[in-house]
Amino acid sequence: MAYNDKVIDHYENPRNVGSMSHEDPDVGTGLVGAPACGDVMRLQIKVNAEGIIEDAKFKTFGCGSAIASSSLVTEWVKGKPLEYAEQLQNTEIVKELSLPPVKVHCSVLAEDAIKAAVADWRAKKGAKSETPAPDAPAAEESAQA
Amino acid sequence: MTMKLPIYMDYNSTTPMDPRVREAMTPYETDTFGNAASRSHSYGWVAEEAVEKAREQVANLIGATAPEIIFTSGATESDNLALKGVAHMYGMTKADKLLLETIAKGHRDGSLSDAEKMIPPRFGSVDLDALADQGAAEYFSGRGDHIITVETEHKAILDSAKRLEKEGYRVTYLPVQANGLIRLEELEAAITEDTILVSVMFANNEIGVIQPVAEIGALCRKHKVLFHTDAVQAVGKVPVDVNEMNIDLLSISAHKMYGPKGVGALYVRRRRPRVRLEATIDGGGHERGMRSGTLNVAGIVGLGAAAEVCARDMSAEAERLVGLRDRFWNRLKSELDEIFMNGHEEQRLPGNANISFAFVEGEAMMMAIKDVAVSSGSACTSASLEPSYVLRALGVGDELAHSSIRFGFGRFTTEEEVDYVADLVIGRVKKLRDMSPLYEMHQQGIDLSTIEWAAH
Repeated sequence: MAYNDKVIDHYENPRNVGSMSHEDPDVGTGLVGAPACGDVMRLQIKVNAEGIIEDAKFKTFGCGSAIASSSLVTEWVKGKPLEYAEQLQNTEIVKELSLPPVKVHCSVLAEDAIKAAVADWRAKKGAKSETPAPDAPAAEESAQA
Repeated sequence: MTMKLPIYMDYNSTTPMDPRVREAMTPYETDTFGNAASRSHSYGWVAEEAVEKAREQVANLIGATAPEIIFTSGATESDNLALKGVAHMYGMTKADKLLLETIAKGHRDGSLSDAEKMIPPRFGSVDLDALADQGAAEYFSGRGDHIITVETEHKAILDSAKRLEKEGYRVTYLPVQANGLIRLEELEAAITEDTILVSVMFANNEIGVIQPVAEIGALCRKHKVLFHTDAVQAVGKVPVDVNEMNIDLLSISAHKMYGPKGVGALYVRRRRPRVRLEATIDGGGHERGMRSGTLNVAGIVGLGAAAEVCARDMSAEAERLVGLRDRFWNRLKSELDEIFMNGHEEQRLPGNANISFAFVEGEAMMMAIKDVAVSSGSACTSASLEPSYVLRALGVGDELAHSSIRFGFGRFTTEEEVDYVADLVIGRVKKLRDMSPLYEMHQQGIDLSTIEWAAH
């Protein structure tokens, strides 16, 4: 299988690999996928008081396209407002990485992961302070590709 | 030291042609182009002589006699011919028996005036009076409708078996143990008086395990059931003897043993018992009528030459490959935790190592070692997104199936290559594990099976 150059670049030089503490109240974590399906993504965001994603980290078990999709998403969301992350569409990932149809599920998983991370952050904020985070959504359903 | 890249480590998939094979073939691809079936001139005689020499060479490698070797286009065709040829020659579906019994009854009670003419010609002559007297079960006793094979067979067997199921034959797919081997008791228990054929592969193409073929052969002989083995991975790599092992039919492929692609053979026993087959390809009646079609003379010469080289070098080569495989495995084991050899550790092909690297996905792994040609049991390498059915049959969990890589070492694999690839794999697995949320969770002592994953 021939890979797109951008996939290879993200795969060989993944951006923002790592972990942040679950304990940190400013960190939201999205863990989606299943080992039995061959891909699991964990995407974490650290959000500041202004609602800006200060930092993003990922770890992914999956094929090159799955790793590239999650790497790309962390790169995109860093420094952006939460709303940007929430509105991210998997089709944008497909376009950027030129994913073939058989790899579209990798982009869906990455979208699910970032949305789950935002939802987790909002849930944490909702639980820990009296002032609810702006329009806290219902907890995001996890992966469904 | 600089390594010549890419490195080929997919010998279970195909093998490069041995230069000695190429040399033997060359004349038959150029000046000596005759049709082996031409009896009227020297072009034909020379070609025929070359084919008969190859037949001897192949027969010698497996302890057969030359007339028992039928040349085909490859093992897929050999497997198809063996299963369908035996089923159609010796078997009969229950629906066909019922059909003929119904005609016989109509003949007996006079409700069918021209009953004889209603018998489809494929059944040959049927004694309607005897059939009406005895009933189909007795009249056609010995013509069973049951075949036994194994879940981990190659698709050429499984899909031929499925085709026969569509025709009305019944097929039992035996499970395998966690080590990839069948249980002889289960095989024996599956044999009934309707069983006409047992087909069990000699060595598995994915995990390299070698089935207890001699014991299976003895069991089939005891129950008077024909025994076919797809021996594509085994012939030329480990000793095969059709008489000692009571094998009645055996499939061979040239390109898995350093010969050319597009040629193979089917061994068909001629004595005790004499096995007959219904041809699947009709035509000029070549190969004792079992496989029509002008013989691929150059390819057959190549197969013969490959067989001769294997017969001569096999034991030394096997010893060398076991050494390389163990060297590779030990090196990986010394540096990496949570890696597993799939299939029986000893009862396996010399050059095969199918390894699961837990917490690392197979396709990502292959991408990480892109200068090394290997294959993976991961879903992502196929269009189906299903992990290897062979590993699943072993009970290897889906996540470990996704994490498997098949390394195949062969005649031209060097120690330097093995060391280079081992070190490369070690480095890349560590890197990918640093990137793997599952490995992190494992290190934190989290049991991954307790997490409710959302299947997708």
